[in-house]
Amino acid sequence: MTTLADGWVMTGRYLRHVIREPEQIVIYFSLPVMFVLVFGYVFGSGMAVGGDSYREFLLPGVFVMTQLYGLGATATAISLDISRGVVDRFRSMPTARSALMVGRSTADLTRALLEMAVLIVCGLLVGWQAHRGFGPALAAIGLILLLRLALTWVGMFLGSVVKNPDTVSVIVFPLAFPLTALSNVFVAPEQMPAWLGAISQWNPISATVAAARELFGNPGLGSDAWPAEHAMLLAVAWPLLLIAVFAPLAIRRYRRMSR
Amino acid sequence: MTSPAIVADGLRKTYRGKAALDGFGLTVATGTVCGLLGPNGAGKTTAVRILATLLDFDAGRAEVAGADVAREPGLVRERIALTGQYAAVDGSLTGRQNLVLFGRLHHLGRRAARARADELLDQFTLTEAADRSASEYSGGMQRRLDLAASLIRAPRVLFLDEPTTGLDPRSRNQVWDTVRKLVADGTTVLMTTQYLDEADQLADRISVVDTGRVVAEGTPDELKATIGADRLEVVVRDAGRLADAAAVLTRVVGAEVGTDPDTRQLRAPVTDRVTALIEAARALRGAGIAVDDLGVRRPTLDEAFLQLTGHGAA
Repeated sequence: MTTLADGWVMTGRYLRHVIREPEQIVIYFSLPVMFVLVFGYVFGSGMAVGGDSYREFLLPGVFVMTQLYGLGATATAISLDISRGVVDRFRSMPTARSALMVGRSTADLTRALLEMAVLIVCGLLVGWQAHRGFGPALAAIGLILLLRLALTWVGMFLGSVVKNPDTVSVIVFPLAFPLTALSNVFVAPEQMPAWLGAISQWNPISATVAAARELFGNPGLGSDAWPAEHAMLLAVAWPLLLIAVFAPLAIRRYRRMSR
Repeated sequence: MTSPAIVADGLRKTYRGKAALDGFGLTVATGTVCGLLGPNGAGKTTAVRILATLLDFDAGRAEVAGADVAREPGLVRERIALTGQYAAVDGSLTGRQNLVLFGRLHHLGRRAARARADELLDQFTLTEAADRSASEYSGGMQRRLDLAASLIRAPRVLFLDEPTTGLDPRSRNQVWDTVRKLVADGTTVLMTTQYLDEADQLADRISVVDTGRVVAEGTPDELKATIGADRLEVVVRDAGRLADAAAVLTRVVGAEVGTDPDTRQLRAPVTDRVTALIEAARALRGAGIAVDDLGVRRPTLDEAFLQLTGHGAA
């Protein structure tokens, strides 16, 4: 009971950060919106699937990419809490020790919902649509949120390993950027050199993006590579695998603070 | 006689093969302030973190506020509070939001947490700044907020890890006043400090920590006494009369008198402070020796520390 209640109080704390620092939201959304504008309109005409349909192709990729960059905020917040001694205070209180991580992941999912709402409105404004109706669209959003949950755990692990909060924000971009570039977000992996293409095909980001394109009824790449043909399966399996690896690692780091 | 608030016995803690605590023992009576004094790396913070259930230990036994630290850490956490070396508050939240958050995490209801936050803001003169982000607070205000957060549930034992490091003298006095009030209300305080005068001011008893164990223990006066007697110190006006003055003082105190021609100073150990002072003044005047300064002083804790550990503090 207290575990749930403490986790919920902690969720409220992280959401209050969002409310108290609205400028961060603006900065946060500037990136995906810029990607939609730059890639959708400037480069879009030169892409394999041109014009309007490129924007339809691009949007699910931007949805997923935004979740990936959310990892930075998670890692920074955790690292900040540890370095400032706030975590020590929590640990010296009769608060459930799970509260920090439960609270952060719940707050992250709430944030992700909000971000998805904003991005979907943006998408509709530039001509993107979900063509297969409400149910499949919800399923697509569900898969994207599942990936976010997995990335939250990666972020919490990262934040508990890297001591300096400033370092965290510096290393997240070089970590996240190749993951989006080497994926099917912007271009078809088939157009890359074979080995890069293979990495892109197997990239967890590509799996969720391909599955979302299919569920939204947006143009896909029609690739016949195994990962592309089994995107739906991988879009579930990859996040579960990431959670299975990083959740125990993050919890272990937290426990080892007592050593 | 109530049972002690803190008992530690033979605590050992090893980091990567190096002993941070090596047979650390401590007893703190309920309602008193114990100062842990020692240089950086002596093991003070490690000891506090172990007693506050933040850190496991390898051997030994510890009991805080009547609960066993190793077996009943949850019970210990109900009864203690910790203020660490940094102001452990959430800079993105306001002062009020911080206190409500910590109140809720102490399992107070929403309304009770709000009411307690208001009380504490008032008590720590933070009401005016209550709705500003804690990150905009001055160092002293952050430290006050941090202390307020520690007092949400009126802890039986309060751990203060270098509570005034980096504070200006005024904020430092405010923290000291708060600690005195808490102790008057029956709270037991264990504080670490590198400032000898802080321990001298606040602590009922001091434990001097060096290389992971307590090397000396006692009241501030007792510690100073172990270092040796009070000293009569005289500065003569004319360096040429030093030898005469030494002869006079030797007769008065009946002990060897040290002289320092550079500072024209004489030093001699004394047992009875007042008599020694009067007799010395009378004898020096009788011998016609002009004196610039005359006094009896007690060794400082700095000197005590140097003698006990073989090296200076901090």
